[in-house]
Amino acid sequence: MQALTNKAKQVSRKPMSFMEKMYLPAIFKGMMITFMHIFKKKPTINYPEKKRPFSPVFRGMQILNRDEEGRENCTACGLCAVACPAEAITMEAAERQTGEENLYKEEKYAAKYEINMLRCIFCGLCEEACPKDAIYLSETFTPADYQRKQFIYGKNDLLIPHPKENPEAYKKALGNRANKEMVN
Amino acid sequence: MSDEIKNIKVTIDNITIDVAPGTTILNAARQIGGDVTPPAMCYYSKLEGSGGKCRTCLVEVAAGSAADPRPMPKLVASCRTTVMDGMVVKNMTSEKVPDARAGVVEFLLLNHPLDCPICDQAGECHLQDLGYDHGKEGTRYQFARRTFKKEDIGPYIQLHMTRCILCYRCTYVADQLTNKRVHGIVDRGDHAAISTYISKAIENDFSGNMIDVCPVGALTDKTFRFKNRVWFTKPVDAHRNCTTPGCCGKATLWLRGDEVFRVTARKDEWGEVQSYDGKPGWICNTCRFETKKTESWKIEGVTTISRHSVIGANKYKTLEMPNETVKRVMKGVEPKLLMDIHSISNVNNPDIHLSDIKGPAHSGDFKK
Repeated sequence: MQALTNKAKQVSRKPMSFMEKMYLPAIFKGMMITFMHIFKKKPTINYPEKKRPFSPVFRGMQILNRDEEGRENCTACGLCAVACPAEAITMEAAERQTGEENLYKEEKYAAKYEINMLRCIFCGLCEEACPKDAIYLSETFTPADYQRKQFIYGKNDLLIPHPKENPEAYKKALGNRANKEMVN
Repeated sequence: MSDEIKNIKVTIDNITIDVAPGTTILNAARQIGGDVTPPAMCYYSKLEGSGGKCRTCLVEVAAGSAADPRPMPKLVASCRTTVMDGMVVKNMTSEKVPDARAGVVEFLLLNHPLDCPICDQAGECHLQDLGYDHGKEGTRYQFARRTFKKEDIGPYIQLHMTRCILCYRCTYVADQLTNKRVHGIVDRGDHAAISTYISKAIENDFSGNMIDVCPVGALTDKTFRFKNRVWFTKPVDAHRNCTTPGCCGKATLWLRGDEVFRVTARKDEWGEVQSYDGKPGWICNTCRFETKKTESWKIEGVTTISRHSVIGANKYKTLEMPNETVKRVMKGVEPKLLMDIHSISNVNNPDIHLSDIKGPAHSGDFKK
């Protein structure tokens, strides 16, 4: 059969020499390589203490955005859910009543909003589909956990902190990208 | 009699067809079907006298008739212009028509709020389709749009006057389907608005059909309001023995699981109510608003949805549930779930039946 590439190597079938039969030189050779790595620069970092800078297009955990007055932007239009290739997003809508204007921006809002983080593939299509600037992929990882049930994120887990009641946490949640954009 | 009627020839987009005299260009194009048909926002073949208001069905007449082959100087509204023998019409082959229609769409969208994310009609809205077809999904308009005081027109129908494009279809429904019309267009020009006389509730048995004929989200089903997006519900054809005279009892149920979220009349390919034996299949308010149990209906099958529509997305095209292999192979032993989603998730709670709530859900409805 003709080889498809010229990368194939012929296997050598000749009997091993005395040195090869001892195996020890080969073992020491391998140990030497391992030993040499002690003096090389480490490619890993101690993650929680040290953190690598994110790429400017990093897509982390979703946050649900609020406007400057702290009202929720999401109107439960369902475009993120229909755009989601992993079908991770579900929601239930409700009508805003009088007296709730300070909570929700539009007359319809998401009473329930859930992202199944076990399903989410962090593709960012929800962010792209959103017509209301309501959902963003932030610069944080989704925290690891021991149980599956901890990965069903509701509105409590996803909403950005209130910009008036908790301005510091809000600014932190906006992340570095938002700050950079503000400077420009 | 019908043998004596001489058919006349008309050419639309290089396709020649024989039609009966008195047919409008739009209906002749509908007989050809497909992309040749101009869109229509106000014309409704089942409503007498409708048409001639929105101007979206503009076409170019390249030759008036065989006897007088001069072209018509301006674009004409195809829903109101009848065909002549030897007439040559250009719709999509015309250079002027797409441009003019894009202008018409832009005018229709001048005062139309771009609140599709909130609107219940989104996904099955003719104006939305039209806007996207002509690349007019954005707006150049920078001034305040007209606004109206919110008006309550009864427990079944939600009126959003800001979204109205004044096609008059709903007034024709009230005139032709019900004995007494209690709503109409008040004021004129920019102030024209659909309204009932001194906030009277619309309570006729067939008033719900106004929702079906409305091309935009101005009249929507209050019992379905904000319950779900159209494309997350599964349309199935169903019928029941309705005792209301005039009601055809054939409807489309919009299901979410086993729950009936919404009932509408069945639609044909032009987005109009389907005809049965030459009669439009209007449905009564009892069928539409009061019969929201699957048991009350005999389900025929899944409604065929155009493959371009978002409504058909992410759904099984059959009524049968997928076979669970594990249970069959393991002789009836249920698969052991690592996590039952309903024990954690608050969405789609099996104990909360949104279809039982009369109007839109409020914050209190989810606190149970």
